[in-house]
Amino acid sequence: MYVAIIKYNAGNIYSVDYALKRLGINPVITADKEQIQKADKVIFPGVGEAYTTMEYLKEHQMVELIRNLEQPVLGICLGMQLMCRHSEEGDADCLGIFDVDVKKFISDKHEDKIPHMGWNTISDLKGGLFTRGLENKFVYFVHGFYVPTNTYTAATTDYILPFSASLHKDNFYATQFHPEKSGSVGEEILRNFINM
Amino acid sequence: MDVKDGKTVKGVNFVNFRDAGDPVMLGAAYSRAGADELTYLDITASHEGRKTFTELVRKVAANINIPFTVGGGINELQDVERLLGAGADKVSINSAALRNPMLISEIASNFGSQVCVVAIDARQEGSDWRCYLNGGRVPSDKYLFDWAREAQDRGAGEILFTSMSHDGVKEGYANEALAQLSDELNIPVIASGGAGKMEHFKDVFLKGKADAALAASVFHFGEINIEELKLYLQHEGINVRL
Repeated sequence: MYVAIIKYNAGNIYSVDYALKRLGINPVITADKEQIQKADKVIFPGVGEAYTTMEYLKEHQMVELIRNLEQPVLGICLGMQLMCRHSEEGDADCLGIFDVDVKKFISDKHEDKIPHMGWNTISDLKGGLFTRGLENKFVYFVHGFYVPTNTYTAATTDYILPFSASLHKDNFYATQFHPEKSGSVGEEILRNFINM
Repeated sequence: MDVKDGKTVKGVNFVNFRDAGDPVMLGAAYSRAGADELTYLDITASHEGRKTFTELVRKVAANINIPFTVGGGINELQDVERLLGAGADKVSINSAALRNPMLISEIASNFGSQVCVVAIDARQEGSDWRCYLNGGRVPSDKYLFDWAREAQDRGAGEILFTSMSHDGVKEGYANEALAQLSDELNIPVIASGGAGKMEHFKDVFLKGKADAALAASVFHFGEINIEELKLYLQHEGINVRL
């Protein structure tokens, strides 16, 4: 199994690397076009800001590369948001794999703090990443922007409003939460992706 | 967990854990028991100790699959960069923030607010609370509510408030001050200091309105089992991860 983690100016690349190693996979962290294209699985992680990250991807000719991948691809957190059409974060035009826009959380209750940070449950799970038994399990989130529920929504979480905790379209999978930090539940989701 | 020269120290008397002195094994045991996040505090002063701690952070990141915060000895941006680079999810700063509040803004703008936990040790003085430096040894000229608000405005992502008046007494958290903090701030407040029994955790969430509760010795000494605690809290109507 050859898994490539796309290397770019993002924060949590090494956490994803460690998480895969715990599953017995030795991923390659790379920005090299050929290495990414020939991988069995590609992971597109990310903690950072949408606009600057998109500028970085454009500068390094990675936009078309990611859009045209045909193997299973997993976007995590900012990675998922960048796979959408547009983000309100820095008014950024994104990769457009998922035909939906990323919005900023707006809180009208004091208890609803932004960013959404911590453990929350996932529900209405659909195929691929989610095996039975994961319904209503807790996963770990850190994000101030969200993807509304839409036709690609593969898991829903309720915080301020119901939003997409996961997306799926063809070979593209994505999670808003961090499976690499979500204990045994996250491990199962990563394993499901690796075993696709 | 307090760590010195790569070993867990202070209040460690774990009859149940053979590897109690090993911060990675201990963290893994807590993670399996259901802890939602872990905190490692480096209490070594030496330069050599710092290196050992960074190595430890790398091992924790490699072995533990829940978020963890590290603190102790963080004085400048390079320290933060080194610890995040080793795999920590968040850093907690205390004395350095009181001495140089700009550090909060620098961390927030370079790495995002979500990594910046500002820890405050404070002791009650009449109706207000004085903040202390150097692990509670040196009084500062700052007071809890003003300082917490300033930290928030500078970009702190969370406030970890330890009540020195309650710490070690085991009669409950500083719920009144916590509730006031929670009302005044719009970032999460983590309560620390005073846990002695399970009811104290219920009270800190319901009366203290805390977003999270931190405890050390009641877990270290096996006085409270994390799994039982979470079942109890769920039974009391508090939303917990099981």
